Amino acid sequence: MSASSAPAKPRSFALPSHLTLPVLLGAAITLFWIVTALSVDLWPIYDPLDMVARRLMPPSAEHWFGTDALGRDVLTRTLHGARSSLIMSCAVIFFAVSIGSALGAIAGYAGGFIDNAIMRLVDVTLSFPPILLAMAVTAALGPGLENAAIAMIIVWWPAYARLMRGQVLAVKAREHVEAAVAGGAGHARTLIRHILPLCWGPILINATMDFGQVVLLAASLSFIGLGASPPTPEWGSMISEGAIHFYQWWICAGPGLAILSVVLGFNFLGDGLSDYLDPRRS
Amino acid sequence: MSAAPLLEVRDLTVRLGGPARRLEAVREASFALAEGTTLGIVGESGCGKSITMLALMGLLAPDIEISGSVRFRGEELIGKSQRELSSLRGKRMAMIFQDPMTSLNPVMTVGEQIGEAIAIHATALSRAARQARALDLLKVVAIPFPERRLRQYPHELSGGMRQRVMIAIAMANDPELLIADEPTTALDVTVQAQIMELLLQLQKERKMGLVLISHDLGVVARVANEVAIMYAGRICERGPVGTVFGRPGHPYTRGLLASLPKIDRTVESLIAIPGSLPSLAQRPSGCRFHPRCTFAQSICTRDDPALLPRGSVDVACHFADKVETS
Amino acid sequence: MTRYIIRRLIAMPFLLLGIITIAFFISHNTRGDPLISIIGERQMENPDVVAAAKARWGLDKSLPEQYAIYVGNLTTGDFGTSLRTKRPVAQDLLDRLPATLELVIAAMLAGSLTGIVLGVIAARFRDSGIDHLARLWALIGSSTPVFWSGLILLYVFSVALGWLPGPGRLNARTLPPETITGFLTIDSLLSGNLQLFRESLYHLILPALVLGWTVMGIVSRLVRVSMLDVLSQDYIVAARARGARELRVLFNHALRNAMIPTLTIIGFTFAYLITGAVLTETIFSWPGIGSYAVDAARNLDYPAIMGVTIVGGMAFLLSNLLTDIAYAFADPRIRLR
Repeated sequence: MSASSAPAKPRSFALPSHLTLPVLLGAAITLFWIVTALSVDLWPIYDPLDMVARRLMPPSAEHWFGTDALGRDVLTRTLHGARSSLIMSCAVIFFAVSIGSALGAIAGYAGGFIDNAIMRLVDVTLSFPPILLAMAVTAALGPGLENAAIAMIIVWWPAYARLMRGQVLAVKAREHVEAAVAGGAGHARTLIRHILPLCWGPILINATMDFGQVVLLAASLSFIGLGASPPTPEWGSMISEGAIHFYQWWICAGPGLAILSVVLGFNFLGDGLSDYLDPRRS
Repeated sequence: MSAAPLLEVRDLTVRLGGPARRLEAVREASFALAEGTTLGIVGESGCGKSITMLALMGLLAPDIEISGSVRFRGEELIGKSQRELSSLRGKRMAMIFQDPMTSLNPVMTVGEQIGEAIAIHATALSRAARQARALDLLKVVAIPFPERRLRQYPHELSGGMRQRVMIAIAMANDPELLIADEPTTALDVTVQAQIMELLLQLQKERKMGLVLISHDLGVVARVANEVAIMYAGRICERGPVGTVFGRPGHPYTRGLLASLPKIDRTVESLIAIPGSLPSLAQRPSGCRFHPRCTFAQSICTRDDPALLPRGSVDVACHFADKVETS
Repeated sequence: MTRYIIRRLIAMPFLLLGIITIAFFISHNTRGDPLISIIGERQMENPDVVAAAKARWGLDKSLPEQYAIYVGNLTTGDFGTSLRTKRPVAQDLLDRLPATLELVIAAMLAGSLTGIVLGVIAARFRDSGIDHLARLWALIGSSTPVFWSGLILLYVFSVALGWLPGPGRLNARTLPPETITGFLTIDSLLSGNLQLFRESLYHLILPALVLGWTVMGIVSRLVRVSMLDVLSQDYIVAARARGARELRVLFNHALRNAMIPTLTIIGFTFAYLITGAVLTETIFSWPGIGSYAVDAARNLDYPAIMGVTIVGGMAFLLSNLLTDIAYAFADPRIRLR
């Protein structure tokens, strides 16, 4: 999603009645963070890794969010934190959705043994509390952003497999699909051309809603020390550093608000999207 | 009229849809009910019968606008708070509904629900006394194995049985007025007659006033003293049942009667009258019945006729004389 | 419904086996050498330790045999030895279980009760200012990272205002009561020490609130939706027609029905609670399984982290089963089938 196409989005695809205040707010917040993530290098602000002032300074005119234990500017680091957070979450959602919906579609379309095998794997994976599974996998692979991302993909794909399978089962029973099969369309063609195009709505809604949750879990893993490693500006690990300097509350105020706003933004947006794509639900 | 009637409704108007749309569901409905008598209300589904009843019980949502007057034994009900109304409801005026399948709370036993109806108004009664009275009520409505029924949940009972339970709940505090909103419509034909008999018997024993909403012209003709015919939110004819049905003054009443091959048959759709009931948002101008009326003249498209007395009957038709004599 | 629960019961061992299999798979893919996942990198130099671990977990045997040994060890409750505490992981987990349970139960109670009340109020005053405010509050609850809100609340209530104590289950110098249930609030009451009870309760308030806020967000949203659905039902009008007042209608008639779908969600929030507990315990230095897991992960203490993961999965399965049973009992239409 490019920054320039985003503002046109509401005008081109939603009716005014869907543009409620929360949706607009969600779009504005999301847009702000996407633009920040893409362009923060060009901003006339401090360097996120430089010591720019005395350490542990409370918020002031020069340093709105204060400075951290190494004298770095907290606001700068918070803005830079958008990058790793959003890139990682995008990657996680992208792969989880791709893998999950591919397997779910195959399970739903094929049925029988393949369906059973895939869905039992889904059941078992979903039996783990997400954070514990993510922690175990990250720890096993070794701490780091990429490994945390892999762990989160492992945590998230089953939900999309389940969702997609349900969608495919519902669409498969429709007449036009039976007609396509009767007309001699092959399996791959039937699935890709006749079934999948009708299945994306709920997947899209879920992905939007989940984005915030992915940001949360990614930050949690970094907070624990399994994600980003120290000098990198990342919200979770910034809060973790802030927790040590407990009386300097401002160190974690910035990144905390950043996480909260991203998660809220995507939740608002997801709500709006689901009202738009599925009016029955509202 | 010497004493105040049991129930007197004047110019009751109900508007839905908030201030922006203001759809008139009921317009200036007026009728009265004397003690111990029965008023039948007849009309197609969607003509405003049920809303009228809910309005006079104060059971409509607070954002629905109600005007006019409802007097119960001379006491004005419109404008009373929900708190005041709730001490009348279920005690002095009770109501039973069309669909006994959905009118009972699915997670409460029959005993709990009857007991609640008693407890709300007779707070001093002990639990044991309430249960004893609930049992008596089940016997009154002639439910077999009443002891067992108390412990059962609604879904374990048949439709007819559930309606008996609803009647028992309505009877819990010996009401003076009972409103029965199509009490037999949702039931099997064989059960309908039994439930109707039960209602009439209870009315006679307890000298209740009864408002009976019904599709069944035969039943109304047999049991009601007075009848009011409703069409598209208005009462179009009202009077003693014999006169109204014997010599209808409104073309709609005529059509209703003509659509029955025999007087004791129920017909849901009124085949004899062409066209269908206009929707709430698209009420015609003038007399609301004129698009379907064979007597309609140009005046009917402009002026909505008032409900005017003609002998013992009130009729809202510009050509009532013609209708009656033709 | 009984049949459904029996089916679920039959599926349980298979799901458990699945959990163990995935755990085996993860620990076998630990940066090349599964041995690291048992004894840790530092011990790899020590030939005695390496030989002992190989023998105990059958690492010199074929993969299927290894798997069989792994499953066998786990089913007898042997999760291996923690690299950090040098104690059996199972023992560590047992010792720390009560602290986590006390926190999770307190959070679940606080969160569910406030969530239900908030949801009922929001539904009753649908689309009003109260409704919007309640929904926003709930949404913030489920959008705030607990490791952050924990820090902030700790700063505000403990440091700035001084109303509540700092981290931990008790003050640093307080001796805990004699262990009976492991719940400090209950144990201190049982031993008749009201002072201690107060202290443990005060320590419980903040972490339970932080953790409960998430639950409140989820529960209140669902209660609102199901209340709106229930309030439009005929039996609500019928209840009003028999003279029931507003509070009775809301709580006795509507909420009892709205609680049926809500029960599922309360069971489902257990997953969030475990996630939340891991982080909340870390912030509040709460000596439970969550902080144990974080310590284990930070120190790459593989046996411990795998142990927590497996136990967490089992707890999750159990809570889902209990939810199903509770659901069946709450709805007479299902219960009597």
